[in-house]
Amino acid sequence: MFHQAKWNEPLIIERSGNGKRGHTPARPSDIERKIVGADAWNGVPKALLRNGPPPLPEVSEPEVVRHYTRLSQENFAVDLGIYPLGSCTMKYNPKVSEAIAQNPKLEKIHPEQDESTVQGILALMHRLDQFLAEITGMSRMSLQPVAGAAGEYLGALIMRAYHRSKGELGERREMIIPDSAHGTNPASAAMAGFNVVVVPSNDDGMVDLGALRKVVGPRTAGLMITNPNTLGIFEKNVLEIAKIVHDAGGLLYYDGANFNAILGKVRPGDMGFDIVHLNLHKTFATPHGGGGPGAGPVGVRKDLEKFLPVPLVSFDGKKYFFDYDAPDSVGKVTAFHGNIGVLVRAYAYILSLGPDGLKAVAETAVLNTNYVLSKILEQSKFELPFSRKRKHEFVLSAKRINEQTGVRALDIGKRMLDFGLHSPTVYFPQIVDEAMMVEAPETESIRDLDELVEAFLKAAKEAETDPERLRSSPHNTSVGRIDEVKASHPKTLTLKWNNPKTRGQTP
Amino acid sequence: MRIPMATFDHPFLPNAGEAIRKMMLEAIGVASIEELYSDIPVQVRTNRSLKVDWLPSEQEVKSHVDRVLGENKSASDMPIFLGAGIYNHYLPAAVKSILSRTEFQTSYTPYQAEISQGLLQSLFEFQSMIADLTQMDAVNSSLYDGSTALGEAARMACRATGRKKILVPHGMHPSKFSVLENYTEPVGIRLETFLFDKETGGLDSTDLQSKVDRDTAAVYCEVPSFFGVLDPEVTNVPSISHQKGALSIVGFDPVSLGGLKPPGEYGADVVIAEGQSISTEMNFGGPALGMIGCRGKNLIRQLPGRLIGMTTTLDGRERAFSMVLQTREQHIRRERATSNICTNEALFAIGAAAYLSLLGPQGLRELFESILVKTNYAIKMLGEIPGVMAPRFASQHYQEFAVSFKGAKGTLARLNKSLLSHGVHGGKSLVKDFPELGETALFCVTEVHSTESIDRLRLLIEKLREA
Repeated sequence: MFHQAKWNEPLIIERSGNGKRGHTPARPSDIERKIVGADAWNGVPKALLRNGPPPLPEVSEPEVVRHYTRLSQENFAVDLGIYPLGSCTMKYNPKVSEAIAQNPKLEKIHPEQDESTVQGILALMHRLDQFLAEITGMSRMSLQPVAGAAGEYLGALIMRAYHRSKGELGERREMIIPDSAHGTNPASAAMAGFNVVVVPSNDDGMVDLGALRKVVGPRTAGLMITNPNTLGIFEKNVLEIAKIVHDAGGLLYYDGANFNAILGKVRPGDMGFDIVHLNLHKTFATPHGGGGPGAGPVGVRKDLEKFLPVPLVSFDGKKYFFDYDAPDSVGKVTAFHGNIGVLVRAYAYILSLGPDGLKAVAETAVLNTNYVLSKILEQSKFELPFSRKRKHEFVLSAKRINEQTGVRALDIGKRMLDFGLHSPTVYFPQIVDEAMMVEAPETESIRDLDELVEAFLKAAKEAETDPERLRSSPHNTSVGRIDEVKASHPKTLTLKWNNPKTRGQTP
Repeated sequence: MRIPMATFDHPFLPNAGEAIRKMMLEAIGVASIEELYSDIPVQVRTNRSLKVDWLPSEQEVKSHVDRVLGENKSASDMPIFLGAGIYNHYLPAAVKSILSRTEFQTSYTPYQAEISQGLLQSLFEFQSMIADLTQMDAVNSSLYDGSTALGEAARMACRATGRKKILVPHGMHPSKFSVLENYTEPVGIRLETFLFDKETGGLDSTDLQSKVDRDTAAVYCEVPSFFGVLDPEVTNVPSISHQKGALSIVGFDPVSLGGLKPPGEYGADVVIAEGQSISTEMNFGGPALGMIGCRGKNLIRQLPGRLIGMTTTLDGRERAFSMVLQTREQHIRRERATSNICTNEALFAIGAAAYLSLLGPQGLRELFESILVKTNYAIKMLGEIPGVMAPRFASQHYQEFAVSFKGAKGTLARLNKSLLSHGVHGGKSLVKDFPELGETALFCVTEVHSTESIDRLRLLIEKLREA
């Protein structure tokens, strides 16, 4: 029986005291002190001087290491088990990529170094640009966006630049987004100043072409879409969708969140997409770090290259260089050159798999997911709204179970934690009632998949036999079910704000 | 290249073998994998191998990338006097050890709080420590980097005030300015710059005061400034801003708060920072760690990104942590969210919490002092060279300082090239971005720069200028 570690670990500040320290920083040399003298502190303007030492915990190195090691044990991770989180592609992160990234020739290079001293990383970035452009069927990639949503935002900025260049930005204010889309799509579009127009799904769970035709027009800036969509269904009318949007003068954006399903099988560029982002922390197996870092490179078709952020990495036949000669560029979307540490890991991942391996990744992910889906549908009351044909993920509905037992998708998800696996994504997409979104990446063995199926079946059965056990779950995690409503108040955010006695004072 | 097998047997793919595949296909009720892809229109399918390289063994992959990266010259090979947003600091071994815990590294966003308490508590501690350091009420659990944090802060200020103008220093990193433009222009926010004083490098108060008006949503300043200047005038900016109903955004350097006053103490409403210094290596500029904090409930509700709060279990018996105020976020609020951010830099927020716990009050103060002394030492050394104006600005500096070189156009570029050929990487040239400063470079010194390396820099500049 799974049981997560529990340490009752206090906050680090609660371990503080007695002038302890966990690190001694390097001190200035005697010569430096002698020459500078007391001038250094005296020179700091009084108005800017801190009164007394900063309010931080006083703890020794072993205490800090034990504290965070204990906390790490109270945390589920891919290295511990399956993460069937739909749309998140939580696959195993190969260790060779980690080993490769622990290199002083990477860690200790500064982004503003002279190009002659960073030819290695520039060569790698140039090659990665070519690999990703080939994989997506685009002309050129910017490696600068550091997350999927950052890629989407850049995509929206490129659309602005494109329509502006044609003198149509004033009119093209609308971004069309399917109702099944991730929240980042409408949020990115709105951030870039577009009005969001939602297009509904049809009975097959695909974009309703009739509805799409009705909303496109001279106000259309573009369409943002994933394919397969968040239901795991391949939009088979994608060429028609592309035509409708292009005929209206809009651009087609590919959200790479679900790219794992089609790697090496079909390329966004060949489906008519103009702008594409990839989530390297999903499809290209870089670790997600509890929410980040990620990387969201953006690729474009040939005539949009000129709008990509500066600088791109180019090669003049002798040396690699940062190319700032791009008068139409949108500028910069992060301060430097992107999440390089993530890019290097993804590069190693591509080399480790090669063309056949990448294709096998997609095929195995789709195989794994369909295997899990078949087993669950065969043996339980979960339903699968829309058509059966799914790729790397599917969205079950626990509506029938809910109607019969009162148990909700949330309860089933929480109960699954008790079995030593992560819950699927619940209540998304919003077009499915009591949604449970499941993705079984290619890195999961048949045994892991069977355990996942078993967890669903066990929970569904318990909904009938012992619904209270589900509703009060989880029982085997570090803590029981959490009061998230109580937490939703600004005062819960920091210890100081939390405790009025210490507000404005140093602890 | 090897001839591909019918199925691809690979260490990352447990179910790629022929026998397993056959069994799984049978369970699904299809004859082949291709059948699972039969809904993809034939004309768009990729019917050829992708043109990407393949190295069949782990060892080859590792050697290949090692060889490619081996072409770089790093701060381990030569002293590098570059800063401007990304800094070479010593990262304690314990921070690296904690970040290498794969329970942190390979976990997802803590949507399932009960099984993610370790991550949530660590992030809550990060938020609390930064809030204490800066004297803010709330800090989020990370943004991408310092530049996007400024972009988010600007948008936040405009939403909170209903105004559309942001004042920023003319003396700021041009890349950061470009990112800020991309975060503001699409929604009609205007950026206006205020000048720096040509003598002191500090802000030109007269110019600033003349530009703060009733349309101004916020005034942004940095301590230390882009030029490394410790400018006492900055402490007056919040009240200057507030007088016109504008907010004050202050950019801080986390290590400097070991010795400098928390921005909250002199009235900042929003603080932002680049936190790479206290959590991760330079890595050619990324991943970094964006930080943002603010005061008061109204601004808290405008914060972008994830917030972690302290609560209890449903039965009220135990302390627990979860993501809070999620109705601000894109996965719930969609186009009305405060930001589109989803993936952030959580891992390095844990790194920062570990770093600050290790250094503690004494350590952070000592580190500030170390950098302060070394900066002053380097300024003194370079200032003694004839024809070299160090510092360029008559002010106190921390970590960075501008240095001007007498000579015709191209003097600095030639000097930097010569320095490099002698195994030293000079400062960042400001010639293109700040032509009014002439042949000027921005030098950076932290605790990793030894006396010897600073002396060597001085001797080389002296020698090369004579030549």
